[in-house]
Amino acid sequence: MEFYHFTEFPWPYLPPDDEFTSMRVNLPSSVFDPKIGADLYHSYLDQHKLADELGLNCMINEHHQTATCINSSAPLSIAIAARETKNARICILGNPAANLRDPIRCAEEMAMIDNISHGRLECGFVRGVPYELFGSNCNPTETSARLWESVQLMQKAWGTHDGPFNYEGRWIHKRQVNVWPRIYQDPHPPIWMTGGSDVNHATRAIENGFTFTMFLTPADGMRKMFDGVRANLKKKGLPTPADDLFAFMPLLAVGETEEEALKYIQEVFWYVKNNKAESQFRAPPGYVETPLYANFLSGRFSGGRTDAIRTKGMEFFRENGVAVYGTPDSVAKQLKSLYKKVGGFGHLIGMLHSGDMPFKHTAKSMKLFAEEVVPQLKDLGTVSSSLGPLKDRGTPVKAAKFNGRTAALASARDNWFKKQTKKAKAA
Amino acid sequence: MATKTVQAIRGTSRTHKLPIADIFVQQFGTGTPVLWLHSEDYYELDLPLIQKLAQKYKVIVPWMPGYGKTDLPETVRTVDDLSYGYLDLMQKLKLEKTRVVGFSTGGWLANEIASKDCSRISKMSLVCPLGVKIGGAYDRDIEDIYYHPTAKVQAFKFSNPKNDPMVPHELSEQEAFVLARAKETTAKLAWDPYFHNPMLKFRLHRVTVKTQFIWGARDGLVKPKYGRAYAKLLPNSDFVSVPGAGHFPHVEKPDTFDPILEKFLR
Repeated sequence: MEFYHFTEFPWPYLPPDDEFTSMRVNLPSSVFDPKIGADLYHSYLDQHKLADELGLNCMINEHHQTATCINSSAPLSIAIAARETKNARICILGNPAANLRDPIRCAEEMAMIDNISHGRLECGFVRGVPYELFGSNCNPTETSARLWESVQLMQKAWGTHDGPFNYEGRWIHKRQVNVWPRIYQDPHPPIWMTGGSDVNHATRAIENGFTFTMFLTPADGMRKMFDGVRANLKKKGLPTPADDLFAFMPLLAVGETEEEALKYIQEVFWYVKNNKAESQFRAPPGYVETPLYANFLSGRFSGGRTDAIRTKGMEFFRENGVAVYGTPDSVAKQLKSLYKKVGGFGHLIGMLHSGDMPFKHTAKSMKLFAEEVVPQLKDLGTVSSSLGPLKDRGTPVKAAKFNGRTAALASARDNWFKKQTKKAKAA
Repeated sequence: MATKTVQAIRGTSRTHKLPIADIFVQQFGTGTPVLWLHSEDYYELDLPLIQKLAQKYKVIVPWMPGYGKTDLPETVRTVDDLSYGYLDLMQKLKLEKTRVVGFSTGGWLANEIASKDCSRISKMSLVCPLGVKIGGAYDRDIEDIYYHPTAKVQAFKFSNPKNDPMVPHELSEQEAFVLARAKETTAKLAWDPYFHNPMLKFRLHRVTVKTQFIWGARDGLVKPKYGRAYAKLLPNSDFVSVPGAGHFPHVEKPDTFDPILEKFLR
């Protein structure tokens, strides 16, 4: 199993609860104080450096128009991490590909970051939560199809090295696609996707060799989804996917004692407690499947996961695997049990920070996790032969096709690659 | 080419398979055709006024694809696209001297149709039609129905929200599914650009038939000021206000609305 640290870059200083209706979409930016905000950014970016020093990887995401996440452009943060970290795999989860007007720009950014990090990019693409559609103004009825069109075009763009090609698809039109720089990993970085209720989407992701991720999902729901995917693949005559095509992110806290862990997880729980949104922001027409939306309209289904989880206590979340916390041995035990319960997963992304949790608390929790929990779990799970374990990923392109250029130039380039790989491995 | 024929009370209905989309059409009465284009909230599909008009006219009521009878095909993304399906329909039904009545998005559709070809149309009555951008880039011409809570959207649409015939919590599962599908269709056509076609206003000089704009004086979704400016974009139009009514004056104030429309259609 592979392990990632995650902070969502929260803005924790909110007005009193009765003075705002939603963290998302419409909370005025007057709530944000740049004098404090500037320091917060540095504190969050420092967490990535610490994760790297502890041997953890980093997951980084983005949201818009919300105090839950001031990381409104994840490529900027991963670019900083690419420069400031040495060994960590940097997982962006993800680029909001459904809402991006120009996926080629995204392919270029990812190619740059893959180069700067010497091939440490794990590249996720997401449809985006429904709240994002109000800021992006993207049509909610089109998000799934747009996501796939964008991702497929980016794959093609990363894999094409003989000059421009033409693309005139359903939404995206580009007549001269020619991405520079060439991406570092061959044919491109491992791709990740996320999902909630749509098992066909999850199946399609894994069929394409992508890692499929679920966030803060109760174990039963995750089991249902993962089993559904495995059954779908079996029906198609495809082999059982390795565990590393499945990823999960719970809230996570490790303490020297149960009491300390409880204190830390309550700080991380800020995200759940404060993640409120007006109900119309959660269900723009066309975002979810029609029967689910019909139930929302007729009042047969009201708040969904978000409402339910805001009103339940911490023990409830520990029982269903959404919050994993305790002493190192207890956390290792909980994660092993969760692994078994859902039929296996290969990447564990720990939300180890939220709200105004002090850096030193997060740092201690991360350290205990990296040093005392990870060794107990790292051999858990199976690995795809096509992707390999994280430590072996990031091999640069091998083929040196220099059309019409001198052999000396090609050989100089090969030597440069060799040196860099050696350096990266040594580091 | 009809795929099915259903006898309805005092009317007939059939689904027309057309190259652009399949369109389900109800027909009531005989006489000069009245093409009845419903709104995004489709209250007009069972408006008692249809029966009244059917005494004198052939009232033709197409159900927009995606609103309960046929699906909106992938090839239709805008009301502009959809208007070609309606032009095909008018041709297929051999409509002449048609009175077109369009409500809200149906009014927008009417202008999309007429700006392409108004040779089969004799006059149009448009009730709080959407479809054009009047103000500047920073002006919100049409309130955002997706952004606000349901109660506020109702208050935009009705001078008294209690007049809203749609009570989603009383819908059966099947009715709720139709409503959900209809809202998805509306979003598909009108999320962006929001309830308008940026090019339409530059084509409205082509709508030379006599056109009446009817507007609820208390329309909060899209203000009468927008309606007056919109009407001026058509060369042969006038503007009538219905006091005390919101965006659906035919629902809220039928006693005032019906005679205005009936007189115009004559």
